[in-house]
Order: sequence, then C-alpha cells, then structure tokens
Amino acid sequence: MEKALKRYGWIFVLPTLAAFTIGFIIPFLEGLYLSFCRFTTVGNAQFIGFGNYVSALTDPLFLQAAWFTLAVTIVNIIAINVLAFALAMALTQKLKGTNFFRTIFFMPNLIGGIVLGYIWQILINVILSICGQPLLKLNATAGYWGIIILMCWQQIGYMMIIYIAGLQNVPDDLIEAAKIDGANDWQILWKIKIPMMMPSITICVFLTLTNSLKLFDQNLALTNGDPGHATDMLALNIYNTFYARAGAAWKGIGQAKSVIFSIVVILIGFWQLRSTRSKEVQA
Amino acid sequence: MKKEGSKVKEVLLFILMCILTVLWIYPVFMILVNSLKVESAITTSSVFSMPGPGQFAGLANYTEALNSQGFLSSLGYSTLITVTSVASIILCCSMCAWYIIRVKSKFNNFLYYLFVFSMVVPFQMVMFTLSQTAGMLKLNTPYNIWIIYLGFGAGLAVFMFAGFVKSIPVEIEEAALVDGCTPLQIFFKIVCPILKPTMVSVTILQAMWVWNDYLLPTLVLDITKYKTIPMLIQYFRGSYGRVAMGPMMASIMMTIIPIIIVYILGQKHIIKGVAAGAVKG
Repeated sequence: MEKALKRYGWIFVLPTLAAFTIGFIIPFLEGLYLSFCRFTTVGNAQFIGFGNYVSALTDPLFLQAAWFTLAVTIVNIIAINVLAFALAMALTQKLKGTNFFRTIFFMPNLIGGIVLGYIWQILINVILSICGQPLLKLNATAGYWGIIILMCWQQIGYMMIIYIAGLQNVPDDLIEAAKIDGANDWQILWKIKIPMMMPSITICVFLTLTNSLKLFDQNLALTNGDPGHATDMLALNIYNTFYARAGAAWKGIGQAKSVIFSIVVILIGFWQLRSTRSKEVQA
Repeated sequence: MKKEGSKVKEVLLFILMCILTVLWIYPVFMILVNSLKVESAITTSSVFSMPGPGQFAGLANYTEALNSQGFLSSLGYSTLITVTSVASIILCCSMCAWYIIRVKSKFNNFLYYLFVFSMVVPFQMVMFTLSQTAGMLKLNTPYNIWIIYLGFGAGLAVFMFAGFVKSIPVEIEEAALVDGCTPLQIFFKIVCPILKPTMVSVTILQAMWVWNDYLLPTLVLDITKYKTIPMLIQYFRGSYGRVAMGPMMASIMMTIIPIIIVYILGQKHIIKGVAAGAVKG
C-alpha cells in the first residue's frame, strides 16, 4: 500500500504543500527574521538585533493593549462557556421548538465580525445616548463591555452547538444508574455530565480563548480603539503599529510585537489544552 | 404533584427561550427597520420605533447603496473568492491528509504537526510578509487569491481530514489496490465518498471564514480595484465624512440577507457540520 502510494506522493501533497509554503511557511520564517531588522519593505531589511523587542516591550500602548486583551479574554471565556452550557442543557430537555431556538442562537456566527461590529455600534450608541452617557467614541467602559456583549452574542450559539453534541454523547444508562443510586440533578450535573463532557469543554474553552486573544474585526468595527487607544486589543495594536505609524522604525517593532503575541497565544493555547485534557475521563 | 412542578418549569423555560430569541433577533431587526426609513427619520430618539407616516423610504436606501458603492461587484468578488478557495481547500487538503496519514514517514509526521501549529499562529505574525509575498508573486487579484487561502486554510482542513482518515480501516483500500486500482482511483472512488461528511464540515467552516474575512483581502488585494463585501462595509464607514445611515444600513442588510437564505436552506447541515468538526478536533 505505502509503496504504491509513494510514487504518487507529489500529486497528493504538492498542491497543498506549495500553497502552504507560500501562504504560511515563507511569511512565517521571513517574519521571524524581520523582527530582528529595521525595514520598510522586505527588500531593505537591516539586521539590528533585539532592539525591536526592547521597543515593543517598553511601548506603553502595547502593554495597555495586552492588559485590555487579557481582561476581555477572561470575561469572555467564563461568560460564553457558562451561558452556552446552560443553553445547551435547556435545549436538550423535552421542550417545544428546541430546533428553532438552536437555529436562532447560532445565526450570528454566520455574520462577519465587521458587520457585527457596526450593528452593535449603532445599537450601543443609541442605548448610551438614551441613558445620557458618552458615546462609544469617548467611553472606554462601554467599549469594553460592548466587545464582551458582542462576542457573547456571536459565540454563545456556536459553543452551544458543541455542548449539545457533547451532552447527547453522555450515555443515558450512566445517568439512569446514578438516579437509581439516589443522585439529585445537581450531583448528576457535576459528577457525571461535566466530567463526561470534558472533551467538549476543552475544545470550547480553547476556541473562546484563541478567538478572544486574536480578536480583530469586531474590535476594529465596534470601537477602533477609541477613546485614544484605550480599547485597543493586541491584534489591533499590532495592525496600527504596522500601518498607522509614520517612521521607518515601526514596521520592525510591529513584527517584534507579533512574534511576542504569537508566542503568548501558542503558550497559553497549549497550556490550556494540556490542563483540561488531563481532566478528561473515559466512561 | 411533581409532574405539575416540572410542567411549570417547562413553561418558564420556554418563555425564557422566547425572550432570548427576541434578544438574538432584535439587533438585525433594528437594522432592517431603520434601513427602510428616510434619512431624516433615523435619529436616536426614533431608532426603536417603526417608520411613521412620511418616514417610510421603501427600497430607496437599497437602490442608493447598490448604485453608489459597487455592491454587486463586491458580491461577485466575494462569491468568486469563497467558491475557488473552498473548492481548492476541499480537494487538495483531503488528498494531502489521506497521504500523510497513510504513508508513515518522519517528513509526513513533521508536516502534520506543522499544519496543526499553523492553526494557532495569529494572522498578525504573517500579515506583513504575506502581503508582500502575495504582491511579488502576483497573487493579489480575486482570481488567484485562492492560493493564499489554500495555504492559510490548510492547517484546519488537513487536521480535520486527517482526524477522520485515521478512523477509516485501511483494509478496504488495500483490497482495491490488490484488485488493480491506482492510488488516484482508490482516493476518488473509495476514500472520497467515505470522507463526504467531513467535506461538508470543512466546507462550512472554511466558507464562513473566507466569506467574512476582512484583513487578509484588505492587505493582499488592490483596494482601489477590488473590494470584497467586508472591505466594502469598512470602506463605506471610513471614507465618508458624514456617514449616510440609510444606505449604510441597507448595505448591511444586503450582506446579511444572502447569508440568512443560505443558512435557512442548509441549516441542518451547517449545525451538524459545526458539531462534527469540533468533536473531531
């Protein structure tokens, strides 16, 4: 089998590998190298060592964006997963119209981040002006909660679908057995359903974690960092460093920031996968 | 007694779900209502009300958005990019995943982990260099940007296909080989039909991504010549001194309506595809 296949290897692998090389491997390696350079285009790079990293880590806006991203991410993970789990529990009961509700809650996922951002910008600004508060452009607190509400509205449905699939995989006889042993609903939830659903929880926490850390479109469309970069998240801060700052030094600093950003996302992502994977059980 | 209690609970739960449904639909509904009003009637105080007498604009905002912003060409570019990208991802990545799972070698193993790694790396890491590479290789038109999408979408697609291929017994393929099939025939006649459910999942996830993607086409395409739909919406906001709210909301509606139609038609597959995709991952 392997022998026969190997002769055809290039047909199977080459198209994907070629595109992957152009679309990921080359830009990635080049980006890694350029983070140690001063440049405005790929052609005029000058090696300068760790200078960009020093500038990146001492840029107050970058650090501010890092804290803001962290604050958004933590609240997002908790809010989205708890609410999505609750909805999944509710919609796996014998209830009229569960399919309809699922369809509705999932819908916002299909609308892109830019469009969602504008819809919520209009809505939040109207509510703020009715309450006599400053609009999003001048209101960092509203911007913060706006991003969280928007992300909840968009992502709860997606995670709910994954949790529903997980709940349906919990064997009925396990729950029956627990009931016969006298377990109440609360005990069944904590002692059986949640441990059995750890694979779904792992994947949902991972998705909300990485989605929040990498959030860009929604941030750009909803607040665009206003007021005065107070609601910049890391991805937007890096984008601005590349494309909104004048001066030859900034592209290198932006590239260094994105290397730091990547390392943070990768480390947190793999740490989370390992720590929740270890809590998975077999029936 | 107990039964009655659970009945009350059921009704309360149902009411709660209905309230949530309204909360979920309302933002879109609000845009729809206001997109039908004349410009002067779109004010903060009247946003929540239905268009009153003399405020109903009919489809005027829609025709204005269509005429002034090149909406149709954007719709065309978005469709073209999504279809070519997703089609190439499905074909190339399923072939690649099958091969690297079936042929065990250090290189293939390494490649697999490289694909997984690429899924986690944020786009900002390659944003600048990718746009320069794309410009250099002339991959900056809607007709060939699919190569970039194939490269950048390969991680998730190969990962999902590979997860499924591992669960297919190799004996079927070996039997076909003994019967004189070439590897290409084995793949297209035997493996492809088995992979169909995963292909549906991958199609849905990748189509949602490509269709809504904003940053990649903005950086790669020449914005003066080509705008995808997300680019158009962003451009609409950014380039006007005073944003005309009516046409703006009309164009938001026009980007949402095709999505909702596709969703209603393929709702079962989409939800199933997402669930299956996640469980594999």
